[in-house]
Amino acid sequence: MIDWMRQSLHRFLSFFHKPQLDQELDAEMAAHLEFAIEENLQHGMSPDEARRQALVGFGGTEQAKEHHREARSLPVLEILSQDLRYTSRTLRRDRAFALISILILALGIGANIAVFSVVNTLLLRPLPFPDSQQLTWFAGSHGQGPLSGITYNVGSYEEFRRHNQSFQEVTTFQPFWGSSEYNMTGHGEPQHVQAVMVADNFFRTLAVQPALGRIFLPTECVKGAVPTVLMTHAFWQQQFSSDPAIVGQSITLDNKAATVVGVLPSSFDFPSVFWPGLRADIFIPAVMDDIRDWGNTLVILGRLKPGVSLAQAQAEANVLLPQLKAAHPEWFMEYTADMTSLKDYVSGKLRRSLIVLWCAVGLILLIVCVNLSDLLLARLASRNKEFAVRNALGASRGRLIRQLLTESLALSCAGALLGVGLAYAVTYYLAHQGSIVLPLLSSVRVDGTALAWTLAITLVVGVLFGIAPGLILSGANVQENLKDAGRGLSEGRKHDVMRSALVVSEVALSLVLLVGAGLLMRSFLRILDVELGFQPSHAAASTINYDDGNDGAKRGVILQEILRQVIALPGIEAAGVADMLPLDRNRSWGLLNPSRSYAKDENLSAIVRIVTPGYLDAMGIRLTAGRDFSWQDAANTEGVVIINETGARRHWPGKSPIGRLARGMGKDPDRVVGVVADVRISSLETSPGSEMYLLATEASPEGSELVVRSKLPPDVLTPMVMSTLRKLNPAQPATVFRPVQTLVDHSVSPRRFFVMLVSIFAGLGLILAALGIYGVISYSVTRQTQEIGIRMALGATAGHVLLGVLSKTLRLAMLGIGLGAIASFAVARWISSLLFRTEPADPATFGIMIFLLIAVACAAGFFPARRASGIDPMVALRND
Amino acid sequence: MSESKLDLLQGTLDLMVLQTLAALGPLHGYGIARRIEQVSGNAVLLNQGTIYASLVRLQQRGWISAEWGTSSNNRKAKFYSLTKKGRKQLSEDTAYWQRLSGVMGRVLSMQDEGETK
Repeated sequence: MIDWMRQSLHRFLSFFHKPQLDQELDAEMAAHLEFAIEENLQHGMSPDEARRQALVGFGGTEQAKEHHREARSLPVLEILSQDLRYTSRTLRRDRAFALISILILALGIGANIAVFSVVNTLLLRPLPFPDSQQLTWFAGSHGQGPLSGITYNVGSYEEFRRHNQSFQEVTTFQPFWGSSEYNMTGHGEPQHVQAVMVADNFFRTLAVQPALGRIFLPTECVKGAVPTVLMTHAFWQQQFSSDPAIVGQSITLDNKAATVVGVLPSSFDFPSVFWPGLRADIFIPAVMDDIRDWGNTLVILGRLKPGVSLAQAQAEANVLLPQLKAAHPEWFMEYTADMTSLKDYVSGKLRRSLIVLWCAVGLILLIVCVNLSDLLLARLASRNKEFAVRNALGASRGRLIRQLLTESLALSCAGALLGVGLAYAVTYYLAHQGSIVLPLLSSVRVDGTALAWTLAITLVVGVLFGIAPGLILSGANVQENLKDAGRGLSEGRKHDVMRSALVVSEVALSLVLLVGAGLLMRSFLRILDVELGFQPSHAAASTINYDDGNDGAKRGVILQEILRQVIALPGIEAAGVADMLPLDRNRSWGLLNPSRSYAKDENLSAIVRIVTPGYLDAMGIRLTAGRDFSWQDAANTEGVVIINETGARRHWPGKSPIGRLARGMGKDPDRVVGVVADVRISSLETSPGSEMYLLATEASPEGSELVVRSKLPPDVLTPMVMSTLRKLNPAQPATVFRPVQTLVDHSVSPRRFFVMLVSIFAGLGLILAALGIYGVISYSVTRQTQEIGIRMALGATAGHVLLGVLSKTLRLAMLGIGLGAIASFAVARWISSLLFRTEPADPATFGIMIFLLIAVACAAGFFPARRASGIDPMVALRND
Repeated sequence: MSESKLDLLQGTLDLMVLQTLAALGPLHGYGIARRIEQVSGNAVLLNQGTIYASLVRLQQRGWISAEWGTSSNNRKAKFYSLTKKGRKQLSEDTAYWQRLSGVMGRVLSMQDEGETK
């Protein structure tokens, strides 16, 4: 067996050393003859006789050489190399054809590799954790509503972790981005640092090993422990220049020292899995006793025991959670857990979009194949004689088809090479951009799987578009072509029918793409038209930092002073502070009308924003009744609240809530002073529920975002406001004003990404269809030159001829459009869940796309039609 | 059909080459061919040229090795010699051939007896 492999390897290698081996054999054979002649001479032969006898004994030298070659090498490879040499010669001769085909193939294959890489990363590849299929995500409240609804309190997490039987580990982190912000001092300029609060077993559950140092010890996660931190690899590189000595040292966070116990590996990208588009710099231990009374602040994830299925774990939780609630009457809600694999949680929502994208790019590849088939057929027509000659010289039909396939495969391989380069560029861009908020995007790359996929599609494509010319050739009487000048009527007609069929399918496929892209585009425009509830233009936000000792009154004084000075700056129209911005972060408390009765299990949650006077103006949130907060409200004993229109309609139906009392959960009632427009909270596509605004002096904010309304650009605004803030608080970290519009842009970026890609593919499909139509019509005009000449000689006008060609074009296009429209209806229904306020059978989209396709078809048919109408009958008839 | 016949012939020639090298030590292509002709009493009609296909095959399998050298009459030639693996292969093949020819002999002589009676 080994010997056999060794021999195969040698045979394969010797193919590449042909000249050297041949030379050696020649030398050896020459020596052989010399020996023989010498011996013959010794036996007394004459020199001539000695030479003759030596040659007789040796047998045919050429035969011996051929045997030797066959024995040492692979004949298949020899033929292939012949075909390839021939291919490269013919393609060099027809450079324009080769370039266009390779370019088209590179676009088609490159787009496929890039999309495959994205699909592979987001959908197919497991998450970047060992045995990641065991990782399970718990969604509270059936995954519906704001973050506060789907999270858990400390008690339920601890109790579930203690009593469950299904999981090796149950762990948690605090998912409210921005709620653990620190001001890091002592290392250059003060820095805003985003921390993630994680449980002691968080990294153990994910099976993440630190790159340096160690992970948290259980003793570091209890009340009173010395503060510790773990750093992400990126933060360590940027802030500490990858200094390994940092482990064991302490850094200063909010004026308190914390010991660095380790650095996480670069492969661990927390935001790309859990917080797409956001940032995490350090990890700190979640001290459960500190956050026990904070309400729902934790997400739960677990690692299943080997052999335990998700369904078993779900069944256990369905029984266990109500039991735990019964034992803990102090929990203010019934907890449920909808379990999914972590992978599903991360990319499940994107599955449909990604599959649509994948199909779209597959359609492009199909169109590319059809187009190249068409080009090859056109070429075949002009190569009839060449094949006839080769056939006459002894090449079998099989050998000719093999030659054709070699050519198409060589083209597709060249296209694939270029396409891989293209895909590398695209995936590099995707992995390093910051404006598309999709999970795992930072780890998108062309990997081994993608390259294997490339190889597969390259071969399939090469065979697919090489097969049509092969079929024509195999059915043709090759010899006939030698006599005929390529005008053979039946032959030409068969050719024409095949090419027409290809163009019709090309038009149909591109209509499907166009309609799909059109529907998605229309949905996207509808989303951009959504009433946001605030005015993002000319508003910018920046995180600010102050020390209020958690005292509401002190906070009021500080914020009032900051706002007074900021508003006094030139060019600032309004300014206000909120703890969270719309489309960014959210949390919910309760809201109810105390003089109304509610059903027992009615969902009374409302999104809460803790704001200063002026925030509504700065954000451009429209007041529909009542008034904004004022700093005088802070002095009154009675609390105040502003609610949104949905909340007003829901809790005070038919009445004005202004001046009435509203109750949050377990607090003194507040007086409703204003009603504002609904503000989109988590996405543009879901309408918000109840919302309320509380005054910053009366409730604890979760962070603070300074929002200013100004026509100044951010790079003017930032230094101006920053110097004011630094004057008030020297420890104010350097931050940059970001336009509020970026919140909107980030929120719609996944959809923009999909729409953009599908539209690009549709455009590509349209261009290819136009090329195909042009090729077919142009060829048929060339073939019918004589016929047209005769008709013109008999009195047909140029206009007649032009119309004739154009109507032929339109017939082809309409046939394709008819078939494509039927397919488009089916496809539109299939993607209807991705549409937003757009009917799958949207007449406008269908109409526009069909019109576009007809227009493009006419344009593509016009040039050959004009050429036909310009034919000089005399020249045409004299020709040939 | 013709392929299996060719295989057998190839195998035969390969074995002859191995045995020749085992008996005589390193030898060039002409020497091997002449030696086989002599030993077989010129009963084998050998196109000497075919020996080179056999030699390259054996070499690729690692059973013989080749080296350019100088012959006794000062001519440059490629000398082949048996490798350790080749020696092992030779003893296996020899045993096989002897068994086969023994069996063939017995079978054929039985048929002879049947016909004479």
